[in-house]
Amino acid sequence: MPTLRRRKPADSDKPTTSAPSDDARGGGGGTTGRGEEEEEEDYEQDADNSKRKKNNNKRRRKKKAAAAAAAAASADNKHPALPSEEEEDGRKHHRKRSKWSCVDNCCWFVGCVCLTWWVLLFLYNAMPASFPQYVTEAITGPSPDPPGVKLKKEGLKAKHPVVFVPGIVTAGLELWEGHQCAEGLFRKRLWGGTFGEVYKRPLCWTEHMSLDNETGLDPPGIRVRPVSGLVAADYFAPGYFVWAVLIANLARIGYEEKTMYMASYDWRLSFQNTEVRDQTLSRTKSNIELMVATNGGNKAVIIPHSMGVLYFLHFMKWVEAPAPMGGGGGPDWCAKHIKAVINIGGPFLGVPKAVTGLFSAEARDIAVVRALTPGFLDNDIFRLQTLQHIMKMSRTWDSTMSMIPRGGDTIWGDLDWSPEDGYSPSKRGQKNNETDIKNQDGSDSKPSQTAKAHYGRIISFGKEVAEAPSSEIERIDFRDALKGKNVANSTCRDVWTEYHDMGFGGINACAEYKAYTAGSIVDLLRFVAPKMMDRGSCHFSYGIADDLDDPKYNHYKYWSNPLETKLPNAPDMEIFSMYGVGIPTERAYVYRLSPSAECYIPFQIDTSAVGEDKDSCLKDGVYTVDGDETVPALSAGYMCAKGWRGKTRFNPSGIRTYIREYDHSPPANLLEGRGTQSGAHVDIMGNFALIEDVMRVAAGDSGDDLGGDRVYSDIFKWSEKIKLKL
Amino acid sequence: MGSILRFRKLSYLAPVKLHTEKKVEQEKKAVDVPNPCFSPEPTKRALAPTVRRSGGKEWRCMDNCCWMIGFLCTTWWLCLFLFNCLPATLPGFQAPESPGVRLKREGITALHPVVMVPGIVTGGLELWEGKPCAEDLFRKRLWGGGFTEIIRRPLCWLEHLSLDNETGLDPPGIRVRAVPGLVAADYFGPGYFVWAVLIENLAKIGYEGKNLYMAAYDWRLSFQNTEIRDQALSRLKSKIELMYVINGYKKVVVVPHSMGVVYFLHFLKWVETPPPVGGGGGSGWCSKHIKAVMNIGPTFLGVPKTVSNLFSGEAKDVAFLRAMDPGVLDSEMLGLQTVEHLLRAGRTWDSIVSLLPKGGETIWGNLDWSPEENHACDLSKRKPLGERNSTDGNAKRSALKEPVKYGRMISFGKAAAELPSSLLPSLDPKVRRGKTTTKKNSTSSCSEVRTEYDEMNREIIGKIAENKAYTARTVLDLLRAVAPKMMKRAEAHFSHGIADNLDDPKYTQHYKYWSNPLETKLPDAPDMEIYCLYGIGIPTERSYVYKQSPSSRCKSIPFRIDTSVNGDRGESCLRGGVSFVDGDESVPVLSAGFMCAKGWRGRTRFNPSGASTYVREYRHKPPASLLEGRGAESGAHVDIMGNVGLIEDVMRVAAGATGLGIGGDRVHSDIVRMSDRINIRL
Repeated sequence: MPTLRRRKPADSDKPTTSAPSDDARGGGGGTTGRGEEEEEEDYEQDADNSKRKKNNNKRRRKKKAAAAAAAAASADNKHPALPSEEEEDGRKHHRKRSKWSCVDNCCWFVGCVCLTWWVLLFLYNAMPASFPQYVTEAITGPSPDPPGVKLKKEGLKAKHPVVFVPGIVTAGLELWEGHQCAEGLFRKRLWGGTFGEVYKRPLCWTEHMSLDNETGLDPPGIRVRPVSGLVAADYFAPGYFVWAVLIANLARIGYEEKTMYMASYDWRLSFQNTEVRDQTLSRTKSNIELMVATNGGNKAVIIPHSMGVLYFLHFMKWVEAPAPMGGGGGPDWCAKHIKAVINIGGPFLGVPKAVTGLFSAEARDIAVVRALTPGFLDNDIFRLQTLQHIMKMSRTWDSTMSMIPRGGDTIWGDLDWSPEDGYSPSKRGQKNNETDIKNQDGSDSKPSQTAKAHYGRIISFGKEVAEAPSSEIERIDFRDALKGKNVANSTCRDVWTEYHDMGFGGINACAEYKAYTAGSIVDLLRFVAPKMMDRGSCHFSYGIADDLDDPKYNHYKYWSNPLETKLPNAPDMEIFSMYGVGIPTERAYVYRLSPSAECYIPFQIDTSAVGEDKDSCLKDGVYTVDGDETVPALSAGYMCAKGWRGKTRFNPSGIRTYIREYDHSPPANLLEGRGTQSGAHVDIMGNFALIEDVMRVAAGDSGDDLGGDRVYSDIFKWSEKIKLKL
Repeated sequence: MGSILRFRKLSYLAPVKLHTEKKVEQEKKAVDVPNPCFSPEPTKRALAPTVRRSGGKEWRCMDNCCWMIGFLCTTWWLCLFLFNCLPATLPGFQAPESPGVRLKREGITALHPVVMVPGIVTGGLELWEGKPCAEDLFRKRLWGGGFTEIIRRPLCWLEHLSLDNETGLDPPGIRVRAVPGLVAADYFGPGYFVWAVLIENLAKIGYEGKNLYMAAYDWRLSFQNTEIRDQALSRLKSKIELMYVINGYKKVVVVPHSMGVVYFLHFLKWVETPPPVGGGGGSGWCSKHIKAVMNIGPTFLGVPKTVSNLFSGEAKDVAFLRAMDPGVLDSEMLGLQTVEHLLRAGRTWDSIVSLLPKGGETIWGNLDWSPEENHACDLSKRKPLGERNSTDGNAKRSALKEPVKYGRMISFGKAAAELPSSLLPSLDPKVRRGKTTTKKNSTSSCSEVRTEYDEMNREIIGKIAENKAYTARTVLDLLRAVAPKMMKRAEAHFSHGIADNLDDPKYTQHYKYWSNPLETKLPDAPDMEIYCLYGIGIPTERSYVYKQSPSSRCKSIPFRIDTSVNGDRGESCLRGGVSFVDGDESVPVLSAGFMCAKGWRGRTRFNPSGASTYVREYRHKPPASLLEGRGAESGAHVDIMGNVGLIEDVMRVAAGATGLGIGGDRVHSDIVRMSDRINIRL
């Protein structure tokens, strides 16, 4: 409170407060520089002041009577050196002051803060809505029109109804029935929104978010259901858009609720279970049929994002399969109802991140946190065991298993080979076109890199293993190893992951195998989490079909694997694969055994493993390749680049496919928020170029009208290297 | 902002400026004194008094303010914190068990899917495309929710909620759409539940997203226009079919509320009519898909409130407000003209016309007669039903003493409301629309608010008032005279008569008859059940006494409810210019119950397949204490959605019970007698 202090001497000398306007003018002239008007004002103020003073005196006298004894004593005790010759008046003052001291100052402070806050809030609310934009434009220059405005000027109009299929994690879940601890949360969001409940009652929250460990469905007495409607995934949390930008732009050219549908589903369940429990697939089917019917027969444009891509792949098979397993739509349902499927950031062939998520409940970010503050996440004292809780919860979610890398060594590479061999972040080329690729195919890219990253080894124990040639790795097969029993089981309190069932033998056996490729990863997970994988293997499959006509592929567990299903018979349909590139994306991991292996997750990413040169792809125990931060370009692009290109056995009707890549450029400044040219997995939903493409297709354009492929990465080169019978 | 600047100047500039030697010296010392409030040091003690005195002065103004606010804030936070810390149920306070919990214990589980059809006003509307003034409101609620925009930009708000005056559809450049999903009408404003309680109870016995659907529609549009613009009816049809299938071929239970009742009536006809006008579901659609229609607070035969609303933009509450504080609503200085603006916006909403009284004088009574005429108004003194029947004669006698002519829906002056019809001046029952062609020249002076009154001649307004009394039939003529455009637009969508011959092809072919129960047949669905669930025991507006508005300038509405008119005796039904009957505060019993009690009872010409009907009345009990909120036994039009009796009935039916299973009729009011008095061919 220095301001007050400085003001005081002036006042003490000149008890009449000078008018503020005077000070404002104040050239330092003091009292002499006043105009008459101010003098008058001052007189008024004087009168005022004297009145107040009187009142104050009265008050003081009253107070004095009441508080004299106690206050005087305490005050004097506090300040024993109080001079005795001090005036009575002064003492009174002093007592009053000292009473102000503690609580009052707090109150004063809070009041000040509140007032300022309100004033700011008021100003903010009174501010014209275009102000932030104005400021942004003043700083960064005129921003480009959002695509909605631009395309509206071009005369584009809503034509095809649009269906959004949200991905994992981004859609909201709400509570419909819960245990005692979740009272008052009826129809409140448990997932999405503010996540306030995570902090308020974390254990209750994880309990409600978990599914049944045996069935993968609701635990008894708990019903958590997806939020429906566009609100399900327009914003993930307040201010963190997912679909909102796309929706707003589509609305500019005339889209509204009747022509847009958010096919929200419970992303924790396996795909078939969403139908079993919620009839979500049936509802999606019915809604698409309705929208096509009410929009004059214009076929729907489907826009799945992230895991929604696999979900919709499942849907396309389901809808044409005969009831009861399928939707009974008949063999030409897709041809009749779907114009195009625009996959955004689709993990067609899985995501390596999913492996670590399941294996040790961590990803690069968590590993970094752990490296920075080793104690925090595993803190035993606070009974946090955060990771263990998260692992226990997420392992009940069948859907995470849909993202385990598919296609095994053929796609993801073996110990020595991987399609992305030779990738280095700094070498990423300019926009390639197809002719260019063909030239490159002829001349084999040189494998003689100094530090060649073995991306094929998705998990390796120790940096040496990750880098050594395969001949030097001694591997002991873990599959038949005895797991043993962990004697310390009971001490692990309430958190139970399947690791507690494993003895040291089993854990060591895992580590002894040294390096795991995409093929053996599935075995590894089966070894460390048998229950989960049992459940999951009823719903998902990760292989490559030899003979697609084998009747076993009619089972729904193959439907979400593009390598084990045929696309529907819909030659007019178009499939787009749109994804960001230019961000290092997790591809392979270096692991180590966790130092204390008792109640914890026994494996950890070895954050100390760092590549030698700065060009290396190995950082903090993670090998990265090109991608959108979550999905490697290989997974997102391969099917459209090669697997489905032309008439292949996976695409018997020759559906046209297009690849549209969006090179990541980070936002220029903070004002831009998450950027309009981002290529990151979720932020790409705000990428203007992508939005424009989507809108053009929705308004009737075909893939060729958009300009066909648009490629920045080496996806075609990589695809060529994959030897897959087509 | 100014105050802040001043404060800053006060604090920073003053010491710099005042620099005589003495002052400087003192200033130095004073600056050395750390905040005297905290720990005045002994060495500076001598200076303390003066410092403190001035300090005290300054504390007085700004700081006291700050202190007060801080104190309040802190207390508030403390209370909030304590409130949050409280266990959900206070140990002493036993919350009454919700019907959902009780029925769950009885072993009742979800069976039939439930479709909810919200009524007028309670459904949320959000903006999809707007004028520049509403730029940042994309997908924000304009109606329902916080209503903060009304205060921030009232004219912009009103502009966006109005519809096109000619077409009754969107004005160019504006798209306001119904909020979809359960959130559309679970709460109207924050904390003001509509469907939320019912939803929560249904969820207790196993309902969730897949078997619970809110058929939200844009309640401003005429019913057929919701299909033309939004395909709302098609979507409802598809949703019902889908729910029927995915819930194991269980028929749905439909729960419409208020205007949703007539909307769903329209749907029932629409869905079986062949395209392009109808939904093409075929003649068995309803019987195949619908188990029961549980109409809550149904407005089958219209609501008299609508008349006054359309006529002068006011209802009981507005009139009362005007009587209390004449200036506020009509204040021209502020350019408010609230009522005029509302009237203008309201008149673009076709749906309101669907609530005008239907059935004319046959149902609502003529100048001398009305079905409710011996209604005892003092509801607190009402006797139980059985006793009343025995003392019927008494009631009649008292009715003679106090002849309330409910049939005269609008009368000008109290005298006109009470005189026998023979003494009324001779009527010119049709105020011709032709007369309105003589337009007033001064319309340009009427600023931007233009209700259709501005185009009317004073002469005609006088004529209207001379007519003295209007019945349900002539009221329509009256509205046609004062609001020709609106009525012309809306009467293409709604009809208010009684059909002589229901087999006349015009009744099945044109959609304007579909929402009038007196001009349509129920679908051929003998197993379908129709319930009329409504509250009673609250005085409900039935007819009005009007006067000409004193200020006859063009800006104001020339007619007003005459709030000075009261009945002669204490227990009169006429209060503040409004006559009341029994009802749920909005809908009179007659409108809500007649169809179920008589019009459709048994096999009538309106109900050829003999679908069974049930009347379930819920007597209003105001909440006993503030803790109960809006009461668990309320009978008011919207609050009844939280009535435990009603919720239980709905849940039992949804879980498979039949009308007889829940006890058949449950009648507290005079509805049966009133219905008997209505002479209509069935």
